[in-house]
Parts: sequence; C-alpha cells; structure tokens
Amino acid sequence: MSEVKRGYVRPLDIKNGRIDLSHGSGGRAMAQLIEELFAAAFDNEFLRQGNDGALLPVPTGGRMVMAVDAHVVSPLFFPGGDIGCLSVHGTINDVAVMGAKPLWLSASFILEEGFPLADLKRIVDSMAAAAKEAGVPIVTGDTKVVEQGKGDGVFITTTGVGIVPEGVNLSGDLAQPGDRILISGTLGDHGMAIMAERESLGFSAPIQSDTAALHGLIETLLTSGAKVRVLRDPTRGGLATTLNEIARQSKVGMMLQEKALPVNPEVAAACEFLGLDPLYVANEGKLVVIVAAEDEEKALAAMRAHPLGQRAVAVGSVHEDPHHFVQMTTAFGGKRIVDWLTGEQLPRIC
Amino acid sequence: MKYIDEFRDGDLARGLSAAIRQIADPARRYHFMEFCGGHTHAISRYGVSDLLPDNVRMIHGPGCPVCVLPIGRVDMAIRLALECGVILCTYGDTLRVPASDSLSLMKAKARGGDIRMVYSSADALKIAQANPDKQVVFFAIGFETTTPPTAVAIKQARALGLKNFSVLCCHVLTPSAISTILESPEVRQWGTVPLDGFIGPAHVSTIIGSRPYEFFAEEYRKPVVIAGFEPLDVMQAILMLVKQVNDGRAVVENEFSRAVTRDGNVKAQNLVAEVFELRRQFEWRGLNVVPYSGLRIRKEFADFDAEKRFPVAYVSVTDNKACECGAILRGVKKPQDCKIFGTVCTPENPVGSCMVSSEGACAAHYTYGRYKDFQ
Amino acid sequence: MCLALPCRIVAIDGENATIDVSGMKKDISLALMDDATVGDYVIVHVGYALTKLDPEEAEKTLALFAEMGEAALHEAAREIH
Repeated sequence: MSEVKRGYVRPLDIKNGRIDLSHGSGGRAMAQLIEELFAAAFDNEFLRQGNDGALLPVPTGGRMVMAVDAHVVSPLFFPGGDIGCLSVHGTINDVAVMGAKPLWLSASFILEEGFPLADLKRIVDSMAAAAKEAGVPIVTGDTKVVEQGKGDGVFITTTGVGIVPEGVNLSGDLAQPGDRILISGTLGDHGMAIMAERESLGFSAPIQSDTAALHGLIETLLTSGAKVRVLRDPTRGGLATTLNEIARQSKVGMMLQEKALPVNPEVAAACEFLGLDPLYVANEGKLVVIVAAEDEEKALAAMRAHPLGQRAVAVGSVHEDPHHFVQMTTAFGGKRIVDWLTGEQLPRIC
Repeated sequence: MKYIDEFRDGDLARGLSAAIRQIADPARRYHFMEFCGGHTHAISRYGVSDLLPDNVRMIHGPGCPVCVLPIGRVDMAIRLALECGVILCTYGDTLRVPASDSLSLMKAKARGGDIRMVYSSADALKIAQANPDKQVVFFAIGFETTTPPTAVAIKQARALGLKNFSVLCCHVLTPSAISTILESPEVRQWGTVPLDGFIGPAHVSTIIGSRPYEFFAEEYRKPVVIAGFEPLDVMQAILMLVKQVNDGRAVVENEFSRAVTRDGNVKAQNLVAEVFELRRQFEWRGLNVVPYSGLRIRKEFADFDAEKRFPVAYVSVTDNKACECGAILRGVKKPQDCKIFGTVCTPENPVGSCMVSSEGACAAHYTYGRYKDFQ
Repeated sequence: MCLALPCRIVAIDGENATIDVSGMKKDISLALMDDATVGDYVIVHVGYALTKLDPEEAEKTLALFAEMGEAALHEAAREIH
C-alpha cells in the first residue's frame, strides 16, 4: 500500500458532494467549506485576516453609505447571470446610486440541506468574478444551513459600504419641476429572462438578464458635471415603481413619453404574450437619472460613452403636481397614468 | 410585432380622431358600450378617450369573465384546494379575486393549498399526468374564446384515460350578457340605459362569428361593430358606429375582418357543443341570475366534472351593499359615482367585481385614468 | 378579455406548432383549427390557435384607416382656411 502523505485532508467533493447540516454547525466541515470554497474564491487581504469581523481602514472625508439586499431569485441560474453575480451587482448598485464609491461587500449564505456543491461553486465563482471585475472585494461572510424544504437552494444577502465624496448630494427627494428623466438602456430584460426560464410558462426567447454593476457608469456620469438630482436602479416593480417612489418623495409629478421608452423586441413580445407591462418588469443593470434640464445632453453623452449606457435616452420630465401622479403620453397619442404596481404582475388570459 | 404595431400607429390615430370629430353631430351625444374587457383595457391603456370628441362617450360593459365570476364559484375552487386536497390549476387572473372569509386563491395558497397558476388548459393536463396519485382540478373560467381550449383538454383527458383530472366549469356566454344589459328589469329601476350601439368582442367573435349579434341589431335596433383589440381597431369601430347612428341604421358590421367571419370557427363551436351544454341559469356577479348564460359539462363527460366528483356545492354570496358594480356594469353609473371607489375599494383591496380584474371599469379607471378626476 | 396575439407559425408537429413573435417562441396547440401551414399567422389564446389571420384583410383594414384619416385631415385643414 502506498504511503498516505502526512497532513492529507480529504478535499471537498465538489463534483458530487452536497450540503449537509454539518456544513453549518461550526465544526470542521464548515471550516473546510469556507476555506476551500468561499475563501479560495473571494481571496483578499481582509478575508485572509481570518477573523469573525474584517478590520477595515476608515476613509477620511465624505459620508459613508451602507446598503443591504437579500437575493432569493428563482431559478438560480438564468441567461446572462445567476444569483451570485446578481447579489454582488445589486448591492454595489444600491451603494453607487447614492453617489458613493463602493468599497467593500459582505456576503451571507443560507444553504439548503442537499444543495449540490457543484452549483454552489458555480455561484461562488461567479460572485468572485463579479466582485473582482467591479473592484469591490467581499471582505467577510457567514454560512448557515437549513433543513431540506426550508430554503430554495440558496439565499444570499450582501451588504455593501461606500463613501460619498464631498459635494455629491443625491437623494430621492431632490427632483424638481423642469428636470428631465433619463434611462440608461432597455427595460424589462431581467424580469423577462427569468420568466422565460420558468418552464411552467413554456416560452423561449433570446433574452439575457441585464445584471451589471453600475458604479463605473455612475462615476462617468457624475464626473461629467451634469447636475444630477436623483439616481436609482429600477429593480423589482420596474421603472414605474421607481418613478412613483421618487415622485412621492420629491412631491412632484412626472410625464413620460411612451414612444421614447427603450424596449427590446423580444421583451416587448414576451410581455405582450403574457399580458405584462414592461414598465413594471424588473431590471438589474439599468439606471434612472433625474437631471437638471439644461444638462440633459451632457448627461446623455456621458452615459452613451460608457458600455453600459450606450442606449441611454430621455424618457420624460418632472412637473408640479400636488397628486404626485406619474403620467404618460401613449405612443397612440392619448394619456394615462403609470400607477403603483398592484400586488404582483401575473400573466393573464384576459 | 407584425399585425400589432401597425394597429397602434399614432399618426393613423390622429387621422381617425379627425374623422370621428367630423361626422359626430355636435347637436347630440353618442353612448357606445364596449362589451369586452379587452377593449376597456385598450381604451384606458392607450388613452383612446382623449382622442374622441366630448360628445362621444364609451361605457364599459361586463365582458370580463373574472369580474363577473361570482364569489361563490371562487369559494368552490378554494374549498377544493383546502378541503379536498386537490392540485387546483387556474389562470393567473383569478388568483387575487377576493372570496368569502377574507380568502382568495392566493391567500389559500399561503395557507397550504396546492394552487398552481397555468397559462393553458394543456398545462393542467400535464400536471395531472405528472401527478397520478393526486387529483387535479382545472378552474375553467372565460367566455367563448376560452371555452374551446377547455373542451379540448377534457377530450384529451378522456383519450388518455386520466382518472385524476376534472374541470370546475364556470364558462359564460356573451350574447346572454348583452341581452341582460338591454332587457333586465333592474334597468327600469335606474332608468333606460342610453346606449346607441355596441363594440363587439374581438376574439370571442373569432369563435362564434358575427352572426349571433344580428339578433341584437334587429331586435333592439342597436348597431354592433365587431372590433379588433388594438386601439386603431377601436377607433375605426367607433367611427363606423357613429356613421350608423347618423344614418339611422342598426346592423352588424365587422371591423375585425382579418380574423372574424360570419360563421366563426365551426370546428371550435362543434367541440364546445360536444362537451358542454347550457345551464338553465347562472349567477353573474353584478348582474345576478341570467338565464341560459353559462355552460356545464355534459353527462357523457361527467367523469371530468369536478362538481360531480367532489362534494362542493355552489352557495351564493351577496356583494357589499355599498358596491355599485351592478349599475356600473350596465353602464348606468360611472366608477366615480361609487361612494367607495378609490378609498375603501382599490385594486389592492377590491370590494366589487369591477375592481377585481385590470379590465374592470373601476380598475381600468383607477389604474390608468384617475388623474382626470383631479383636473 | 381574451388576451390573444397574432403569431407566426415556424414549425408544425401533428396537432402542435411552434410560433414566433419577434424572436419569442412558444409551443401551442392547433387542435381548434384545420389546415394551418408554416408561415401562416394565427391568433393564439391560452396556448391554442383560434383562427388564421388574413393578411389581405389586414392590409385592407390598415388602408381604410389611412384613407379615412387622410380625408378627415384634409377636410379639417380646408375648414381652417
């Protein structure tokens, strides 16, 4: 019999292994999972400290932003992304729309007993790649395991911190009458990509999720000098929800031009088929910008120069309205309001 | 999208708007009812009313099968899921309809009912095949457009020898509803409905053809124009109706000629006749009991009738007293006339049938048009 | 009611077909129709084709819209002068 090397530790069976309760119990199995899977993928100087909390340098000047987001998307893997990169992009975006430079992320995983390690590795590698590309390391994390049936494979919660430099002031209550409303690209890609994957609806379309980290685009926009009042990323509930939120916060009304709304033809067709409205479908890589009217062209030019903003376009204006309605001139010529979403948008027969 | 986008063209809309304005007689008012919820939705969603002259008014009719589905029927579906343990397959539209005991199908799902949304009756069949040890019930709602797909599913279930598939049939008929609007005794209570004509349903008509409407045109001397679903179709139909009224004619015209013929889809009609028969009467939410307006499964296919297989009987449930849906469905009152519109009764918490579906008159006005109430 | 869409048939397999709308594809049933062929446009509701869309009639209808509209706009322009 050949000698077994001293100090040999049987590695995780990524190919066939599954999460079991021992991976969450705090013992050796969990330590191995963290070391061989998470730490190996996310590796950075802070993680290497190996403590319960990450020791981080305190930046001087400016104000700090902190944001948190939980990700429960199903299916876990979809065209254009997965729950892993989504969780990195989503929180980076929440920090960046405040005008902050995102600095660090934390990631907490709730894993379901029986979840395949191969899938977990795919997700973790995707997160690592997204974090690296964005230049925002994952500096601390946590893992828990729940019994089979009590979780949808995996839930990921990420928290992000960033610093807003002096002189930058963005907030949902700063929109003013006369401002222009811009959007960085096409609407509804993410939501419809997810719908297409849900086999119970049985349609296939070449739609990719638009999940992306927007801090680079935002930086380009802010350094252009355009007087930006509000930045938001229109995720759940779509553009309609985001605009209604801003209208309420800023106590203004809005008027959109339906003809200006950018929607990919496959997304429009899929929405039409299911009776959904692209205005309410989720996006994960788009930016809503409310900017002073005189800086509209400057802002658009800045965004269009960036890969994520090539289809940036103006879609409407802000005006006085004591009722804070978001209205729209339809492509047909008539008017309607774009109201708050009622419940969840469900495919309909009627 | 071909055959869709062209029928939404804003330039053509302006032209038709001018045409309507030109022939509408300024000395009179025109009231047209669009029967079908899909038309109500199109009118609201595209703001078609803004393109009509002030003396041409659209009245929203009861052609929304979700809106007219009585609470008692939804209760049956909920009981099937919660008490009989079936897999209840339903179209997305019904999930939020409020039923008795503060439940809805969605809330029943949260309580543990196995309630699944399907896009098609064929999907319900697949679920039955995939779950041979569970009973699967398909909650079949809809007008004549949606009935043939249910008929096909039942026949396929028989061909496959499925023992665990049945249908809760709540299909209703368009012509009976139109009669009720024009005829019912309650109309006398509210005064005659000032209706000058109807816009006939688009897709129902692809199935039943234009022939069934000839009766209304002749008997009640009201013109009917069958219109496609796109906003240009609606405007053209309004133009044709105004012309008929001006000329004193009352005939059936077909604007949706690209999909509707006089005879309709005979194959689909025969399939429906094979599997279903008329109920003597059926309760409609907001319109009360309407004779010969609903379908039930024939005894030859009783094996697939959920009402025969399970001990769930229909119990009538009355609507809230403050709800004005009955009058609104008949076109006698507007959503804004209802005391609880927009306050107690909203799309989030619908009290009556007109608010329940996005096509109901109240829901459509609230979601797309209520800004006008403040102008 | 009756959300239904004109879709192009791109493949037929017995009583089923695959339709396409601007790149979005779905499998549907042809059980309610006879004599559909690849390339036809059909109106699809809840996964079933209800009827064929007649391209000639569609063109005629659009032409009618344009004709009605132009005549009216001309008339309106005349009345202003």
